[in-house]
Amino acid sequence: MANTNVFAFAESRGGELRRAALEAVTAARGVADSTGGQVHAMLAGGAGIGALAAKLAACGADVVLVLENAGFANYNPEALAATIAARLSTGGYRAAVFIASAQGRDLAPRVAAKCQLPIAADVTEFSVGADAVTVKHPGYTGKIIQSFTLRAATAVLSLRPGAVLPKESAKPGTVEQVTSAIDPSSARVVVTSTVRSEGAKLDLGEAPVIVSGGRGLRESGNFKLVEDLAAAFGNAAVGATRAVTDEGWRPHSDQIGQTGRLVSPQLYIACGISGAIQHLAGMRTSKTIVAINRDKEAPIFKVADYGIVGDVLEILPVLTAAVKEAKKGA
Amino acid sequence: MIKRVPDMDLRFKIASNGTSVDESGLKFDISDFDGYAVEAALQTKEKQADPAASEVVVISLGPDVVQETLRKAMSMGADRAVQLKCDTPVHDSYAIATALAAELKGGGYDLVMFGRMSIDTANQSTGPIVAELLGLPIITAISKLELDGGRVKARRELEGSYELIECPMPAVVTIDEGIARPRYPSLKGIMAAKKKPLEVKPAQVGEERYKLDKMELPPERTAGRIIGEGKDAVPELVRLLKEEAKVL
Ligand SMILES: Cc1cc2nc3c(=O)[nH]c(=O)nc-3n(C[C@H](O)[C@H](O)[C@H](O)COP(=O)(O)OP(=O)(O)OC[C@H]3O[C@@H](n4cnc5c(N)ncnc54)[C@H](O)[C@@H]3O)c2cc1C
Ligand SMILES: Nc1ncnc2c1ncn2[C@@H]1O[C@H](COP(=O)(O)O)[C@@H](O)[C@H]1O
Repeated sequence: MANTNVFAFAESRGGELRRAALEAVTAARGVADSTGGQVHAMLAGGAGIGALAAKLAACGADVVLVLENAGFANYNPEALAATIAARLSTGGYRAAVFIASAQGRDLAPRVAAKCQLPIAADVTEFSVGADAVTVKHPGYTGKIIQSFTLRAATAVLSLRPGAVLPKESAKPGTVEQVTSAIDPSSARVVVTSTVRSEGAKLDLGEAPVIVSGGRGLRESGNFKLVEDLAAAFGNAAVGATRAVTDEGWRPHSDQIGQTGRLVSPQLYIACGISGAIQHLAGMRTSKTIVAINRDKEAPIFKVADYGIVGDVLEILPVLTAAVKEAKKGA
Repeated sequence: MIKRVPDMDLRFKIASNGTSVDESGLKFDISDFDGYAVEAALQTKEKQADPAASEVVVISLGPDVVQETLRKAMSMGADRAVQLKCDTPVHDSYAIATALAAELKGGGYDLVMFGRMSIDTANQSTGPIVAELLGLPIITAISKLELDGGRVKARRELEGSYELIECPMPAVVTIDEGIARPRYPSLKGIMAAKKKPLEVKPAQVGEERYKLDKMELPPERTAGRIIGEGKDAVPELVRLLKEEAKVL
């Protein structure tokens, strides 16, 4: 009989669930509904992580595989990959869904290799059939959309963050405790610490809205205006161009583009960003794009749905106030 | 591990077979992150107590044109090169990893460096699969690298955070931006590279289970509109975000 169940990796960091976890479970739910199987979501972390299982059930997990062990308090790639691979090898899984976040990008190919399976990475659209899975994946810095067919008993997929939005679909979420396939303290790769960068409360992996700043902001201190706008949205993260991370105004982890993060938020607001091809590579798949630039010829206006020509330093405070006002009314 | 890719600044055309880019008029070079990896490897060698005792080897899988890419890496300072000859394009990272792992196995390498991802296929998978096939520890997407008493100590950028992470050598690492921008080959380097050894071997590519069906240009974003100038345009923007885009 063909495999019908779907495995989802539920990413967490520092004892907190990541938005990627809900995206993975939602995507897995969609597949399981078509194959007639169950969603099994794996949640790994230190003491207390199991308490988050209910949130996965709300997005459609039939079973939450809880791996609660002090050895998983920090990301433990080797023990986690071994445990997931052991689970997948018990059979019955049509697909294993990861999100192509920093962690998912690290974990998914390890798991695929351990199971001797091919992988479809950074997928923006997919469809799971009985013996083949077809996917779309932007390549060539987003300039070419590639369509692939993946043939394997279990399809290992990593989905681009934001490709599937978390959706409620309550399921029982029966909890099953699982143990690590290897002694977590025997792992050779050890994360000694995870350090939060300073800045906005939400990060690029979590936010449906991204407010991004470029060299047009003039100096590091003016990023306060970008952060204020992000705060007014309440669900926004702050991004930056390479010009900005090179200057050290923002950490490298905020960089969006060809050599930074690839993002697809619902709303992307580009402030004082010229729209160089390498920057567009990271954000052109955003749903709605707004650009504020004082040069009406700036290439960013070619991809923006809505543009304002003018001084970003003058416009941002006004926009922030207006967004606050609109949120109040909502 | 270096891959030859087209320069991304140009406009692409899809070839008539529908599964490759039309190469006429394109320029090719080392993939972005692989350039960082070559630079990181050279700097690692230069930091050794006796740099002459260690060797930087560059490996590329592809048709004969990759020799040009390998020569470029040698003109930057790599000591020798291996071409894993394969004339047909391969898209399945597992199949490519199989061939790279077969070459690396038994090579006595202390550190194997990949780019975080190749800039054309953008799979970001080949490095980790090779590491698993070789049974070596791997740290991916590192932006800082230090070798200390037989251990790799690295920093990895996450969304809004970073991790400090380490493992024993021999190890595999994949290089993100941040370690070092690649150096330009010197004239002397270019001359020297011509005499450096470049070995050609058949690639032992695995079965392709992830196949490219077609390539398409993305739908053009319908050029938006400039809704106004200066702060007076803000109310209209907020209205559009609310009523038309429905994101507020
Ligand atoms: C191999 C490679 C990889 C790269 N990878 C990336 C990447 O991942 N991400 C990335 O972002 N870049 C990347 N780049 C760099 C990229 O080419 C651009 O240099 C960079 O994106 C420019 O950043 P910017 O828009 O902030 O600055 P600029 O190009 O300098 O643009 C600043 C803009 O601000 C406007 N402006 C100035 N003052 C004001 C004001 N007061 N109000 C409103 N507007 C104002 C200007 O009109 C201008 O359009 C890469 C480059 C290379 C070669
Ligand atoms: N054909 C190839 N030859 C040599 N190295 C490669 C090749 N393809 C991929 N790699 C290496 O694997 C990395 C990741 O590639 P990818 O998984 O395709 O994103 C690249 O940055 C290279 O270091």
